[in-house]
Amino acid sequence: MNVPTDYLLGLSAVLFGLGILGVLMRRNAIVVFMSIELMLNAANLALIAFARQTQDMIGHVFVFFVIAVAAAEVAVGLALIVTIFKAKHSIDIDQVSGLRG
Amino acid sequence: MTTDLWVFLGLALISVASAVSMLVSRNAIYSALFLVLNFVTVAVLYLLLNAAFIALVQVTVYAGAIMVLFLFVIMLLGAERVDTGRGLKWQQPAAALLGAALLAELVYVFFGGAVGQAAPAALLTGAFGSPSSVGMLLFSDYLLPFEVTSIVLLAAMVGAIVLAREDRRARRELR
Repeated sequence: MNVPTDYLLGLSAVLFGLGILGVLMRRNAIVVFMSIELMLNAANLALIAFARQTQDMIGHVFVFFVIAVAAAEVAVGLALIVTIFKAKHSIDIDQVSGLRG
Repeated sequence: MTTDLWVFLGLALISVASAVSMLVSRNAIYSALFLVLNFVTVAVLYLLLNAAFIALVQVTVYAGAIMVLFLFVIMLLGAERVDTGRGLKWQQPAAALLGAALLAELVYVFFGGAVGQAAPAALLTGAFGSPSSVGMLLFSDYLLPFEVTSIVLLAAMVGAIVLAREDRRARRELR
């Protein structure tokens, strides 16, 4: 695909910004979590774009590791959400204020 | 405008639109499905960027395994619609303002000349990004990180089981 790397980086930036918006605006913990996945995805897109730009496949290896770590993170995070739901019967993140001073 | 550019613009439009729909839909299941659409679109972009292996990993691991896990948890908790009603009044406008500021900054950095107008990449060989070449790299130069990844996944699995397990001892003490 003969598209300048800048355009891909712009798309990656827009997706990352939308992920940030999701984390800041939504209060459903699961949707916040999905927004984090969106941000990881945007970072992966930038890595792949740079891999093509520099003709170096290390970027692909990095994306592979990012995806593996994201899978681990999702497993633990969703288990945490299930535990919080059992304790509070809600996954509204404003409710999780037990450590408030 | 070449055909490549049109294809890219179409894919970019779909991915941004699905991301926005994910943010605004009230039902968490719709959000998850829009995120799957976004992941698949990005996987097509990877394919077009000579990253066939990563594209398929994206579809199987992200759009497949991870999102199925999300859907399972959403349906298990029955928590499709929870964030309505009360909350901090100023939170949403402030968040929108800060997010939009960050977005504008990022786009400015990328298009404002700090990176520079990158030329389209030169012609790549067929082996670039193919499963065999990525596999060779993973099992030669990056063997140690690859094995450490398996330990990370094992730790995550044990952690998830410990967290989600019912606490039998606590219940016995209650009786």
